[in-house]
Amino acid sequence: MKFLVSIILTALLAFALGLYLPWWSIAIASFAVAVFIHLKPGFSFLSGLIALFLLWGTMAWARSAANQDILANKMSVLVLKTENSLLLVLVTALIGALIGGLAALSGSLLRSVMKSNN
Amino acid sequence: MVRVLLLVLSSILTIVLIYILGSTKLAPVALGKLLSPQEGIWQNAEAINQTYNEDIRFPELKGKVDVYYDERLVPHIMAEEENDAYFVQGYIHAKFRLWQMEFQTHAAAGRISEIIGDRAISYDRNQRRKGLVFGAEQMLKSIESDPEVLAACDAYTAGVNSYISSLSSSELPIEYKLLGYQPEKWNNLKTALFIKAMTNDLAGYDHDFEYTNALRVLGEEKFNLLFPAIPDSLSPIIAKGTPFARPDTTYMPPANADSVYFHSTDSLWFTDEFKPDPANGSNNWVVAGSKTQSGKPILANDPHLNLSFPSIWFEIQISTPNYNSYGVSFPGIPAVVIGFNENIAFGFTNAGRDVKDYYKIKFKDETRSEYWFENAWKPANQRVEVIKIKGKADILDTVSYTVFGPVIYDESNRDKLNTEGAYALRWVAHDPSNALRMWLLLNRAKNYDDYSAAVKYLNVPGQNVAFADRSGDIAMWAQANFPLRWKGQGQFLMPGTDSSYMWHGYIPQQENPHAHNPVEGFVGSANQRPVDSTYPYFIPGSYDVYRGITLNKALAEMQNITVDDMKKLQNNNFNVFASQALPILLMNIETGRLDSKDKEYLDILSHWNFYNDPEEKGPVCFNTWWDSLQAVVFDDDLNRSPLPVIRPERFVLLEGLLRDSIYRFVDNINTPEVESLSTMVTSAFMRASTVLKKIESEGKLEWAKSKNTTIYHLLRDGALPFAKAGIMNGGGYGILNATQHTHGPSWRMVVHMTTPVAAEVVYPGGQSGNPGSPYYDNFVNTWAEGKYYTAWIMKPGDANDSRVKWHLHCRP
Repeated sequence: MKFLVSIILTALLAFALGLYLPWWSIAIASFAVAVFIHLKPGFSFLSGLIALFLLWGTMAWARSAANQDILANKMSVLVLKTENSLLLVLVTALIGALIGGLAALSGSLLRSVMKSNN
Repeated sequence: MVRVLLLVLSSILTIVLIYILGSTKLAPVALGKLLSPQEGIWQNAEAINQTYNEDIRFPELKGKVDVYYDERLVPHIMAEEENDAYFVQGYIHAKFRLWQMEFQTHAAAGRISEIIGDRAISYDRNQRRKGLVFGAEQMLKSIESDPEVLAACDAYTAGVNSYISSLSSSELPIEYKLLGYQPEKWNNLKTALFIKAMTNDLAGYDHDFEYTNALRVLGEEKFNLLFPAIPDSLSPIIAKGTPFARPDTTYMPPANADSVYFHSTDSLWFTDEFKPDPANGSNNWVVAGSKTQSGKPILANDPHLNLSFPSIWFEIQISTPNYNSYGVSFPGIPAVVIGFNENIAFGFTNAGRDVKDYYKIKFKDETRSEYWFENAWKPANQRVEVIKIKGKADILDTVSYTVFGPVIYDESNRDKLNTEGAYALRWVAHDPSNALRMWLLLNRAKNYDDYSAAVKYLNVPGQNVAFADRSGDIAMWAQANFPLRWKGQGQFLMPGTDSSYMWHGYIPQQENPHAHNPVEGFVGSANQRPVDSTYPYFIPGSYDVYRGITLNKALAEMQNITVDDMKKLQNNNFNVFASQALPILLMNIETGRLDSKDKEYLDILSHWNFYNDPEEKGPVCFNTWWDSLQAVVFDDDLNRSPLPVIRPERFVLLEGLLRDSIYRFVDNINTPEVESLSTMVTSAFMRASTVLKKIESEGKLEWAKSKNTTIYHLLRDGALPFAKAGIMNGGGYGILNATQHTHGPSWRMVVHMTTPVAAEVVYPGGQSGNPGSPYYDNFVNTWAEGKYYTAWIMKPGDANDSRVKWHLHCRP
């Protein structure tokens, strides 16, 4: 349950911060949620990873679908050297996931370090 | 303790990862920033059903402005004040084409290294050395001294800046995101720079250095044979036999010209790497009511430019209390540039005249601060150009300005072949210019008098301006400030130590070639020499020969002309050059020397109908044969020197063959025997056959496949997925449908001067500059098929018409 809440909160906070702050604010969101919602570091990592994978993946996919993949087809050739819009969505989701997961892991570790110091 | 270590480790990893994905320091692109769905490229993926409805308050406006977009995303601007219309035009140009506007003006100003790094240094330096910014500054002074033009420019600039201020970083055009930079504010100097960029494209071509070299290599007699001033087959804009006024004064060459100019032995080692494309040209013509089915004039225009995404053109209608005009505009300047209003239509082709000369400068010392002129050391104005380079230190380049103009070449700007002299550039593009006023006046013009008064403001680039009005007048003015030169002046490099080689002012404007309601009932231009040899002035230039022949012949023969006939003529693929050249080649070939494969190609050629249609194989076989013949005939003469020399134009060899079958260059000077024409033609064919076998094995014998019409993005190889390649259409160089590999009709327009005026239009592009928009390239197929859209000339009161798709509501 806490795991699920953590995923949802991370995604929501990352989305909200993204409206005002640069792209790396997803790290702040994942980090903060992991500090406040206690999970084992491994689960925090997974929570951040899944939250951002879903958030970035869904947003990219939805925008591309509404665009009938016109831009994603061109950009995938430019960035990935192959015309595959879905692969570009996947790469986007993975980048978000990697940063989200690592930031959440850091948050969770910080919490446990502070706790053991108390 | 382990946890602390892990914490430090995972925090560092996160930060390093963000740094790598957010900057281009370690990777070529900042992938994290670029792919972020809320900030990066996904934001540029416009929804297919996106709405362009908007309601915006602009405090800068004086009255109401309503913009109605039709289904092709053409904005119809309805303004209560003329300058409000230019404000909104600026806003809309920026909304759809901001990156392009800025990139093109950065390119004109020699600022590309700022964006893409040190590989553009040489390009930037040459732009600065040509004095394009200096020219734009001169133009800005003219704009600022004309309150009406200044007000239009100020309004336009404010509109562009209003859009730029409203942009968030997530809304930036995709090219800014890819290259990682930000737009700067627009200003009137940028508007002037845009016109200078066009001037450089259209009036920046010269071959003075190559001619000087060729003269030295060939000698005067052979030079004059290879580079004649007037082709035999010229079909000029102004009909042959039209009388011209005799000028009051005839200018003669300086006394020393024979020794120091025409027979100079200076050694030269120059090439200009950044020459504009000599194929920049166009067709325009007008037919009078006497030749049309409706009894009303028809005007047609198709400017030939580099085909690019985003297109150089943006289609627009501007309706103000003073006028209601429709056509294409240049993102970067106010008003309609080619188009029509409720009374008149106007179109442009390039005059191709040489308005650019070089003078050899003698500096006192290496500081280049004083130069020898009229028996004294004269101080040069020195301008320090600062070239900024992405990721590197600035480069400074000091340019000396002389009485002639900027010193373009000296020891700090030498090309790879390394010369020893310093050369100043005299170019009409550096003169004060109020050319923008011409467009403001053309948009408002009601008749011939308004039009002829408007074109006088065009001093550069030289253009053939076609005109038709509803009352039945047709006209053409070949207009600009064209230098007044003695015969031969400016063809070669000139001495710059005194004033004796300077221009004698300009040809009087009234004596520029023009036609008003000519008896022929039509007048057309296709970049040919505008007049025959009876014109009393020396007018060197870079002219096309063959499109003019096809055009004038077709128009002379046609009667009861309709708009459809004119559309067909714009898309006409007849290759008049091949129709004259191929019969001579076929007559002279020695079939006994050919093998069976050679004969297959010969068979294709003897059955070809001279049309460069997409599926024809004749054009590829013919071009290959002709190129090979040119090489066989001229290489031995021109390759004697390692210096760059220009190749003679193809009409020279053809007319030589037509005049005299033992044209003197046919003999190969490197062999003891005297070659006959048949020997040369057959050898050329056999060489061509080898090349054709390779072309055939690649499956490119068909014309459209060989030509491979391609529209590149302005970033060329840096953005290949944004290009459109393999467009299967016909046409070619010297053909009315002038579509080449990546150059051709950039806008096709046929205007019928009925009441109300009707027009058919198309361009190879789309209204949006965003590669992620469905409106980025949606006109291309229509254009490639030779089809058109009917322009909708909206009237005030048409707001509820079903053709209105979106509404931009602007209020003060």
